[in-house]
Amino acid sequence: MKTESSQNSREKEIEKLKKYKYGFSTDIENTKAPKGLNEEVIRFISNIKKEPKWLLDWRLKAYQRLKVLKEPNWQKPKYPKINYQDLYYYSAPKSFKEKPKSLDELDPKLLETYKKLGIPLQEQKRLNNIAVDAVFDSVSVATTFKDKLTEKGIIFCSISEAIQKHPELVKKYLGSVIPLTDHFFATLNSAVFTDGSFVYVPPGVRCPMELSTYFRINASDTGQFERTLIIADKGSYVSYLEGCTAPMRDENQLHAANVELIALDDAEIKYSTVQNWYPGDKDGKGGIYNFVTKRGLCKGINSKISWTQVETGSAITWKYPSCILKGDNSIGEFYSIAITNNHQKADTGTKMIHLGKNTKSKIISKGISAGFSDMTYRGLVDISKKADNSRNYTQCDSLLMGNKCGAHTVPYITNKNSGSNLAHEATTSKISEEQLHYCQQRGLNSEEAVGLIVNGFCKEVLQQLPMEFAVEAQKLVGISLEGSVG
Amino acid sequence: MEKQLIRDFEKSFENSNLDSKKINFKKEFLNKFIKEGLPGKNLENWKYSDLSKIIKTEIGDLSFYNNISPPNKIDSSMYLSGFEHNSIVFINGRAEKIDLQFEEKDKVKISEDFELEKTSSNINSLVNLNNAFTEKNFVLTVKENYSFKKPLVIYHYTNKKIKSQNLNLRLNFELEKNTSLKLIDILDDFSEKNFINTFYNFKLNQDAILKNYKVDIKNNSNIKYSFTNIEQDKNSLSETFILSSGSAFNKNEINCNLNGNYSSAFVNGILSLNKKKHHEIRTSVNHLTESTKSYQLIKSVLENNARAVYQGKIFVSSDAQKTDGYQLSKAILLEDTTEFNAKPELEIYADDVKCSHGSASGSLNENSIFYIMSRGLNYKEAKELLINGFLLDVINKITDEEIKNLIKSMIGLKE
Repeated sequence: MKTESSQNSREKEIEKLKKYKYGFSTDIENTKAPKGLNEEVIRFISNIKKEPKWLLDWRLKAYQRLKVLKEPNWQKPKYPKINYQDLYYYSAPKSFKEKPKSLDELDPKLLETYKKLGIPLQEQKRLNNIAVDAVFDSVSVATTFKDKLTEKGIIFCSISEAIQKHPELVKKYLGSVIPLTDHFFATLNSAVFTDGSFVYVPPGVRCPMELSTYFRINASDTGQFERTLIIADKGSYVSYLEGCTAPMRDENQLHAANVELIALDDAEIKYSTVQNWYPGDKDGKGGIYNFVTKRGLCKGINSKISWTQVETGSAITWKYPSCILKGDNSIGEFYSIAITNNHQKADTGTKMIHLGKNTKSKIISKGISAGFSDMTYRGLVDISKKADNSRNYTQCDSLLMGNKCGAHTVPYITNKNSGSNLAHEATTSKISEEQLHYCQQRGLNSEEAVGLIVNGFCKEVLQQLPMEFAVEAQKLVGISLEGSVG
Repeated sequence: MEKQLIRDFEKSFENSNLDSKKINFKKEFLNKFIKEGLPGKNLENWKYSDLSKIIKTEIGDLSFYNNISPPNKIDSSMYLSGFEHNSIVFINGRAEKIDLQFEEKDKVKISEDFELEKTSSNINSLVNLNNAFTEKNFVLTVKENYSFKKPLVIYHYTNKKIKSQNLNLRLNFELEKNTSLKLIDILDDFSEKNFINTFYNFKLNQDAILKNYKVDIKNNSNIKYSFTNIEQDKNSLSETFILSSGSAFNKNEINCNLNGNYSSAFVNGILSLNKKKHHEIRTSVNHLTESTKSYQLIKSVLENNARAVYQGKIFVSSDAQKTDGYQLSKAILLEDTTEFNAKPELEIYADDVKCSHGSASGSLNENSIFYIMSRGLNYKEAKELLINGFLLDVINKITDEEIKNLIKSMIGLKE
């Protein structure tokens, strides 16, 4: 039995959570690049970040390419045309002109922001063994636990820092998985990317802690274009987490990131995302356009890349974390939960491209739609002629709540190898009256019952998340669906 | 191609007895087609089968003029033997003979309806091409409460007189209340390198039952496209079976609208391909109202550079609660030179539904082969036995015993 007071506090909590709790904005003076997209702005970004010439040239090449590219329009969620000239492509807290040397020099307002978000920047208040790199609008604010990582030879820093300190690595791998010319948003990112994380794990090293990046869009009219590059050298292992939030604003904000993962021989990368950008209000006003390109390359033999994502935020989510299984015996995995409520739209899934022999891939996707939202799983499994003895298993399940929302499954399956096996399954269902009745009979109210059933539905994916995140994600799943039953 | 189209269009209708208003109406379709052209892989529906490229490489320049005035001789050997049936014979796209000897004369009506074209104006460019060039628009109506006593076989026969030509054929069927029709399409080709474009339109009223079997097993180098539109009213049932194997290229598209409660649609198909053949089945089953049901089963066996494509879609509108939709596609790739592409799609806007799909492709199971061989069969026999069983699964979905046996004997499947 619950006591009255705990019930009260729970209600209060729900009330608090129903509102997007990360919706505050921080009043900080910003240095911005002039509005608009042109060569000048790109030079400005490159200059302010003191980049070498080859990178500026690389950016300009991307910009030239961008001019002839068209925005793709095959996706399910349509959005009003974005005026790319009306955006700021660079925004940084003013106090950042000279990068602070230590946390003590950080703007206290910034620290406060991250405190509100629950991100521990001060190492003494650390969460269990997680190294954090925090990105605020366009710049990386602080990276924690550096010393401990350096000991092992692991490089974990912002990409701007990596460009200065490890140019040979950046030059070698930047754009090797997502080429300059890939598609509109990826190319846009290549031209104007501002900051992001860089990870390099040397051969044979098992990264002793979870690495984590926290992204935050604060300034208005800003696009966030971060770039993450993770390289796991031979025989290494790294687990990387990514979290995102943004303040509540009426206008839509663009977030077009590129994430590249490279796993060499026997290396393993585990990449987890909990995406909780501001989804817009309940009438669908505002929110983030999350158009992200994420791609991993299993370059070496026996390498493994595993994507796990929990997508609950953003007005429109449009992303397909992919694996290119080039090395023989390499493995690609994709676990996803996507939840859309109110007027949110998501078109997400994965691509598994089997090139090497004995490659394996597994896709588990759980989509939940409620309110007036629309959820699409779109995925590609391509087994090439040379990928002998490859295996793929795909399962996508959708759960619908109400008849104003939609759930769609669009798998593309291509098999060119007779020795390979592919299996795909998909189901669509709703929470049955019997299930609800059963739970309610045991003393849960209807929302708790739905939460319980949904968590059960997502269990396979939640299990893949690192512990601390799993708890968070479980809560998030419940919150996102608050108010969708009844 | 544009000039050729206009020239051939004028030639086709210069001696026709259609009035100028109708010809102008057809011209609109022609203009639409000229604007859109032959579909290519830039269109989502043609992603895996680039028709415009295939026609270019396999046929080259197409001629659209088809002289249908001189009658052709009917060779009696083309009829199915040992099987009582009504028949309609098309030779090179010309309706030669309609023989409904087993049916009551006043229960079946064959007429021409011009207005029908209006209902099919925005489907796709090939239907526009079809509407532009088909001179006669036949409608076969089955009158209320009448069931066809014997199956109706439509022979699509082509002979060597035509080459590099485009044939367009359109048939409409209306099944009034409480009627039933079994229809078999036999594609029988002696011609080479033509593009044959067929459009079927079915309207099923309340309680009507349609069984349509499409058989393409004769090896030929023609390129075929067939679009079947089925409108279903309350409590009606449609069963479509596609046996796709003979032509160099064949794409069957089935669009089925379940407009009435308790209506159901079944689509089953076999793609058995070899020698560089490229076949596709694309289905789109639209559940538009409550308590409707659909079931699809497509199986492919591929060898020797063959390519099979299955694009299946189940659409459930927000009004279509209590929908039951199922879709399964399986493929066996016997050689590395083959390719199987699938896009099984679900688009669902209602919550109280049961919808699922599955797709699997791979090689024959070596363990199963070993098991059979350990019982004394050789490798080849074991393989055949397994493929036999794999395909028999689909054949057994045919609800008409007589036709089931006919199709089994046609492809030499043993139980």
